[in-house]
Amino acid sequence: MAVVTSDIVRQVALLARLRLEGQDLIRIAAQLDEILQYVQQLQAVTTEGVEPTSHVLPLTNVLRKDEPCPSLSPETVTALAPSAQHPFVKVPKVIDT
Amino acid sequence: MPSSTLASKTIHELQALLAGRKTSPEEILNDVLARITRLNPTFHAYLEAPDPDRLRRQLAAQVNAVPNGRLTGIPITVKNNICIAGEEIRCASRILSGFRSPYDATVIERLRREGAVLIPGANMDEFAFGSSTENSAFGVTLNPRAKKDDPRVPGGSSGGSAAAVASDLAIAALGSDTGGSIRQPAAFCGIVGLKPTYGCVSRYGLVAFASSLDQIGSLTKDARDAAILLSVIAGHDPRDSTSAPNEVPPRPRYEDVLDRLPKDVTIGTPTLSGAEALEQNVRVAVDGALETLELERVPVELPHIGKAIATYYIIATAEASSNLARYDGVKYGYRATSGSGLGIPRPASDDRRGGQGSGQERLAHSPEPTPARLPRSPGRAAQSALREMYLDTRTKGFGAEAKRRILLGTYVLSQGYYDAYYLKGMKVRTLIKRDFDEAFKRCSLIAMPTSPTVAFRPGEKLEDPLQMYLSDIYTISANLAGIPAISICCGKDPTSGLPIGLQLLAPPFREDLLLQLAHAYEQRIEWPRMRASLRSPA
Repeated sequence: MAVVTSDIVRQVALLARLRLEGQDLIRIAAQLDEILQYVQQLQAVTTEGVEPTSHVLPLTNVLRKDEPCPSLSPETVTALAPSAQHPFVKVPKVIDT
Repeated sequence: MPSSTLASKTIHELQALLAGRKTSPEEILNDVLARITRLNPTFHAYLEAPDPDRLRRQLAAQVNAVPNGRLTGIPITVKNNICIAGEEIRCASRILSGFRSPYDATVIERLRREGAVLIPGANMDEFAFGSSTENSAFGVTLNPRAKKDDPRVPGGSSGGSAAAVASDLAIAALGSDTGGSIRQPAAFCGIVGLKPTYGCVSRYGLVAFASSLDQIGSLTKDARDAAILLSVIAGHDPRDSTSAPNEVPPRPRYEDVLDRLPKDVTIGTPTLSGAEALEQNVRVAVDGALETLELERVPVELPHIGKAIATYYIIATAEASSNLARYDGVKYGYRATSGSGLGIPRPASDDRRGGQGSGQERLAHSPEPTPARLPRSPGRAAQSALREMYLDTRTKGFGAEAKRRILLGTYVLSQGYYDAYYLKGMKVRTLIKRDFDEAFKRCSLIAMPTSPTVAFRPGEKLEDPLQMYLSDIYTISANLAGIPAISICCGKDPTSGLPIGLQLLAPPFREDLLLQLAHAYEQRIEWPRMRASLRSPA
C-alpha cells in the first residue's frame, strides 16, 4: 500500500512553496513513496524510554557575550537582494490599495 | 622540473621545496593553472575555470601579507558551499545565481591567515544533496581515475574537490560531509578524506544542509596533509554556537604527532549490514588492509547501524527542508522574473546599484508614513502575488533532488507524521550513537569500507534516488553519532583499476588516532608509489 499519494505530495509541495504538476508530480510521488516505505523499517526498532538525540555535543544554551561587534553594513546586505532600493528589499505588492 | 610535477606534490612536499628555495609560489600556481586550463574542460572539477589573473593577484597579496605562513603559496580549492568573500557561492544551485558572499567563512579566514591561495568554485551536488556530483545545476564532474572509454562519477557531494585533488588541479581541498560527502568521493578518487568530529571545525560560513550533521573537512593526497589542514582549520569559534569548547587542535599539533601511534591500538571490525551490496573486490581490499596493519582486531557489534540510512533520510531531510526555506527570492540569489509573480518589473541592474533607480527617488520624496498609512492586513490578490513569486522562484531555482529532499523533510515534519518519523528518527539516532559508545569501550578505532562499491557510472543511479542513498551505507552513521572518520586508499579494483577506500572511525575528538593510523598504513603500503600508480590524466 502506498504511504503517500499524489494528492498528499501536491499539498506538501504547496506548504514547501514548490509547484508540482502532471508527470513530475506522479514521478516524484512514486519516488517519495518508495523512500518512505524504506524508512518504515524504523517502526520495528524498540525505542521505549530512549531519549531523542537532536544534537551530539553536550552543549545547551550557548550564549555569546552581550556586546556590540562589527557586522555587515545594511548597504552590503540590501545590495545582495535581487530587487532592492536601499534601505529596503523589494517584493511583489502585498497590500491592496 | 617537468610540467605538472609541482601540481602533483603534497602540501608538505611543497613546503620543503619552498623552504629550500627549490621552487616559488608563482611556479606552483602556474603549474596548477596550466593543468586547470588543460583538464577542467574534460573533468569539470570546477564550476568554471578560475580567472588566472585574479588568482595571481591573490597569490601576490598573500605572499606579501603572510610570507611565512604554514600554507603560504599553497593552492587549495574550496567546495562551492563554503563562503569566500567576493566569490560566487552557488552551492551548484540555480537558486543562488548571482550571489557573491560578503564575508569569509571561519575556515577560510584560518586558511588565509596561513597564506593559502584559495581557488573557488569546486563543483558539488546541489546543496550537497547527492553521492555522485550529478545533481549540480552546472554540469557533472567526471572521475579522473576512470578509463577514458568507461567514465565514472567522482562520488559526491564533494566530487569537484575530490576530482581536483586527484587530477592535480589543486594541491588540497576543503569539502563538507553530512552523510559521507567527503569520504565517499575521496574513496572513489583514491585520495584521503577526513570528516572531523561534529563541532571540531567551525561551520560559520558553511551553507547549511543539515545543521546537526554537517561538518567541514579536508580532501588531500595523504594523511600528513590532512593533519596539516586540520591543525589550521580546527578550533573553537564563538560565531558557531555548536563549535566545541574543547582544546582543538591539540598541542602538539596533529602533524607533529603523526608518527606516535600508540602500540596498544586495537581495531574493531563490525559485522556489516547491507553486506549483500558489498562488492567482493572491496571486501578483499579492506580485509587485506587490516592484515597489513598487523594490529589486534576485535569483533564489535553495531546492532542499529542497519537503520542508519532510514534514520539519516528523516533527520537530514527534515533539517534541510527547514534550512532551505530561506531561499525565497527576496534576500539574495535568484528571483523568478517570469510568470505571474513578477511584482515589480524593473531592470535588475538598476536595483543592484540600490540608490540610482527612479523608484529610489520617488521613495525619497515620499512623505514619512503616518499611522493611517501603515500596512493593513494583506489583501488577497496582493498576497497571492508574493506567494506566486515564492512558488516560481523555488520551483525554477531548485533541482530535482533538492525538491525531493525538501518534500520529504516537509512531510516528516508535518503535523500528524512528526512522531512517527522525525521523533522516531531522533530516538534511533540515540541508539546508533550508543552502539558506537559501547564499541569504543572494546577497541580504539573501527574499520570498515568507505563505500560498498567502487565509483559507479554516470546515470547509473540518478533515476533511482533510494539506490543512490544506499550507496552511503557505511559513511552515514559517523555523522549521526558525530564521530570523526577518515577514508584512505587501500587498493585498486583488479578489473577496473579504480581505487578502493578503507574507512577508519574513532571516538569523538580522536582525529589524532585516525591520522596516526592512516599515516602508519600509508608507510606500510608505500603510498607515494601506489598513488603514482593510480590512473591519472597526463
